[in-house]
Amino acid sequence: MDHNRASRRSFLALATATPLVATVLASCGDSGPGGAGSGAATDWILSGQPKEGIRQTAVDDWNEAHEDQQIQTSAFQNDAYKAKIKTAIGAGQAPTIIFGWGGGTLRSYVEADQVDDLTSWLQENAAVKDRLFDAAFAAGTVDDKIYALPTETVQPIVLFYNKKLFDQVGAQPPTTWDELMALVPTFNAAGIAPISLAGQSRWTNMMWLELLFDRIGGPELFESIYEGQPNWTDPAAIDALTKVQDLVRADGFITGFASVTADSNADQALLYTDRAAMMLQGTWTYGGMKTDGGDFVSAGNLGYMNFPEVAGGKGDPMNAFGNPAQYVSVSSQASQEQKDIALAYFADGLLQEKEAEAYITEGGEVPIVKGIDAKFAGLDDEEWLTFVYDLATNAPSFAQSWDQALSPTQAETLLDNIEKLFGLAITPQEFATAMNAATAS
Amino acid sequence: MSTAPTYASGKVTSSKRTSTGRLGWLVLPALAIFVAFAVLPLFGVFALSFSSWDGIGAISFAGFDSWRAVLTDPGLPHALWVTFLVIVLSWIAQTPLSILLGVFISGSQRYRAVLAVLFFLPLLLSAAAVSIAYKALLDPNFGLGPGLNLGILTQDWLGDGTLAMGVVIFIIAWQWIPFHSLIYQGAIRQIPGSMYEAAQIDGAGRVRQFFSITLPQLKNTMITSSTLMVVGSLTTFDLIFVLTAGGPNDATRVLALDMYLTGFRANLMGPASAIAVILVVVGLVLAQLLQRLGGRERNSQLEGA
Repeated sequence: MDHNRASRRSFLALATATPLVATVLASCGDSGPGGAGSGAATDWILSGQPKEGIRQTAVDDWNEAHEDQQIQTSAFQNDAYKAKIKTAIGAGQAPTIIFGWGGGTLRSYVEADQVDDLTSWLQENAAVKDRLFDAAFAAGTVDDKIYALPTETVQPIVLFYNKKLFDQVGAQPPTTWDELMALVPTFNAAGIAPISLAGQSRWTNMMWLELLFDRIGGPELFESIYEGQPNWTDPAAIDALTKVQDLVRADGFITGFASVTADSNADQALLYTDRAAMMLQGTWTYGGMKTDGGDFVSAGNLGYMNFPEVAGGKGDPMNAFGNPAQYVSVSSQASQEQKDIALAYFADGLLQEKEAEAYITEGGEVPIVKGIDAKFAGLDDEEWLTFVYDLATNAPSFAQSWDQALSPTQAETLLDNIEKLFGLAITPQEFATAMNAATAS
Repeated sequence: MSTAPTYASGKVTSSKRTSTGRLGWLVLPALAIFVAFAVLPLFGVFALSFSSWDGIGAISFAGFDSWRAVLTDPGLPHALWVTFLVIVLSWIAQTPLSILLGVFISGSQRYRAVLAVLFFLPLLLSAAAVSIAYKALLDPNFGLGPGLNLGILTQDWLGDGTLAMGVVIFIIAWQWIPFHSLIYQGAIRQIPGSMYEAAQIDGAGRVRQFFSITLPQLKNTMITSSTLMVVGSLTTFDLIFVLTAGGPNDATRVLALDMYLTGFRANLMGPASAIAVILVVVGLVLAQLLQRLGGRERNSQLEGA
């Protein structure tokens, strides 16, 4: 039909017009966040109080004191940020300061040459490195080079428990795995869920596996898997996987845990509303329980302890898991001027005394600054802060959470399989085989 | 909608020379937008499916690796099956109710107009907002069931595969039935009143009139509505993403969600692009099938039926 001819012609016209459109679109991008136009360094921070305010204040203070070295911030929600930063880096539009959690994601940035090596800068500025927790640097290191400077707070995973409910059934907090298993029927008989778990979030289930792997096989077990060895089928690993399923079968976790989510803080709510007796979670949940839980925390009903030991296990019961810190890197795509501002800020503006104290008093979290425990005295949360500080600094091994340590591809496979393991849809052996296959590829 | 092709191949023919000669250029802006935002990205996705890319580093050619990975993954047949279930179940849940509601609100009484506005409310909410609200209502510990102390409502709604699928279908139906009712309402009002008068004279009751006049006359509308439902269900993403994130145990992991999780969670842009291409193909085939279904006797609609 005649229509065809017309469309063919318009197609040609369009083809000649396309480069024009493309250049117009591309030039729009230049004014984006990564653009070098303004000369100021850019910094994307996470929204959500109180941390957003603390981060913002640190930058504001810096900007006030350094008129010629300005930093522009933009705040994003946690999950939105994770998606956005990846796209921005892929498109060469990353902010000067790239915030992250280290580990596998950082490695993918390094492999794509998107972040600068900070090793020599840290040698020149030894004071910056020396004041921070030593254990925090591991997750910011790729192939013996430091690409990310740790900042903010240390967040180990701890076993929280509800003291009121333990008193009610006359039980003691479990110091071993067998004691924990023995508590399950006790609480179930009293009509109390033994353990709160936000199973739909999947990484919450993973924390149980991480600590069981550590207590049974020692930190070497996961390290060998991380190095690429097919050790998911190691007897210690199978033992840990079986123990988790035993706990699921014994109704250790609250009924319907597969539909409970952590982003709505429902798992914390189960603990402080006296519906569940225990919860394995990161220390970042403490602030939420304090603000949302009424007088639960202030009345001293919240108990906490490190994960119990497993009889005959290789791992030191003092070992910790979690986020050793949060991290900042410098984008390799930034201009030299921007990089200089970022590094100057890292040296003299980031996690200084005022910011560190704000994390303690406003967030109830422990900044990764050595000797910061001197500031705890007399605070409401003194006992809690001291517990976290000691746990983090005394741990013979402080490992990074698996989903952060692994590459995003492996982490996704892992979380998928963990969901099925907890849903009793696969056996420990099937889990191990699937994960070995994924590690090999 | 469905009458457009008849029109094009009929009356337009006589004047086509002048219309394409001068007015053909009017198509250009639309065509340019279509090519820039639909055709080019489609080719881009097709090209990406033959590459290996983590979304950050360089894109490298990987031949058929992504396709092999996707086609041999047992996750694909499962995702296709779940997608098929969502399409079929949501069609079954929506179509009869939409037609009945459409018949109901096509009447002229004022209370029906008021009710029609109320029915329409769910459509005004975004799928994400609806999902978050339902998620809170269905929470086994803090939701509606425990709140009202109703045992029946206190289920592990989103933690059990079958129940989660049911919830997804229910929410899709809850949100989209008003829209399809509106389409049917419009179509029913187009049916000439003379047909019903004739039927009444012949002594046909309301039920008989519905089955002998209304339903056959709605055939093309049903095709249109079903196409929208099928393509809509095929690309349902936001609702399931927020509600169950594909869980529990992949029970609600539809193809569109599979594509997102593969691409943006697992950083596998190649396989994700391959899944996207499969999604496009399935969508085109389904839409074509539906058009065929109603295409044959297009001219026998209305008075000639």
